[in-house]
Amino acid sequence: MQTPFYTRRSFLVSAGLASVAVLAGGSFSSRAFAQSGLAPTQSMRGGSNNYRPNAPMVEKLGNGFWVHGTVRRAGDGAPLKNVRIQIWAATTLGGERAPQNHGSVLTGPDGAFRLETAQIVPNFGQPHAHLAYDDADFQTVFLRPVMPSPEDTSVRADFVLAPA
Amino acid sequence: MILAMMVPVALAAFSPWLAYRGPAYIIGGFAGIVGLALLLAQPLLAAGLLPGARPAVERRWHRWLGWAILTAIAIHVGGLWITSPPDTVDALLFVAPTTFSIYGVTAMWAGIVTAVLVAARRRMGLRYGTWRLVHNAVALVVVIGTVVHAVQIQGAMEPVSKWALCAAVLAAALITVLGLRVVAPLVRRARG
Repeated sequence: MQTPFYTRRSFLVSAGLASVAVLAGGSFSSRAFAQSGLAPTQSMRGGSNNYRPNAPMVEKLGNGFWVHGTVRRAGDGAPLKNVRIQIWAATTLGGERAPQNHGSVLTGPDGAFRLETAQIVPNFGQPHAHLAYDDADFQTVFLRPVMPSPEDTSVRADFVLAPA
Repeated sequence: MILAMMVPVALAAFSPWLAYRGPAYIIGGFAGIVGLALLLAQPLLAAGLLPGARPAVERRWHRWLGWAILTAIAIHVGGLWITSPPDTVDALLFVAPTTFSIYGVTAMWAGIVTAVLVAARRRMGLRYGTWRLVHNAVALVVVIGTVVHAVQIQGAMEPVSKWALCAAVLAAALITVLGLRVVAPLVRRARG
């Protein structure tokens, strides 16, 4: 159900941004990298929308769709274990604000997390998930990854966290 | 004409995603789709291009349809606000992550400006000729904003019928404005 216009447009935008980043940022980013290491992830626009703090720890929220990613420390990029990531999205079970679509998971020893949910469906015009790191040790980050296609059965979001 | 407006609405009613949405979201979404469909008839009524009706009658319909479109906008925004206040507020403040909301909210404001212009034409002391030009310009913002808004959204509308309706809406607006403001004056001058 994807519109061609949207795909081409988002491709052009991301390709454009990527080339600008490569052209303009090459020397700068390598210097920044040498000085302070891996930069922390910035919160995304709209990332905290319909957040319900302290979503319960869950085994799974549904079947067939995976929200996954990694959590690392800013600077040295070390994987962070036992970090709580809160996840919510509009799925076939209901809207983004429905409690059954909110859950938390912990990262493993390798800093990876994954949560099985019901199929994410487009909400407010885009199929997307919400993820939050919102605990004491690091600065809060809200992410809102968009799926390239509503038929996708997984979505990935990676966190690089800066100390609070 | 009626068919061109109704088919996209009907196809959207069969969207599998509707099953996962609440009533406010469904009603708000369909108000948007109906508003888009009404934009097809609106300029043609203004120009008297629809066959079978007297121009005066078409003008009256044009005025009523204008209020209907504003009502559709209100229900659209209201339904979305009930569904997700933070997403709707972000859109209205032009800080949403989705570019289509910028086009949608711009079209909404252009619609409101149109209503104010209609209601206050005499009070503002605008000459009719000037007023028509301003009205045409603002109406084009409504149409272009709405069309760009709609085509970027992954929602209940079936893509082919959505693109077809959007192309038709754009064509109707451009034909009307170009016809009334460019072609007709040239013809008059040539005959002059």
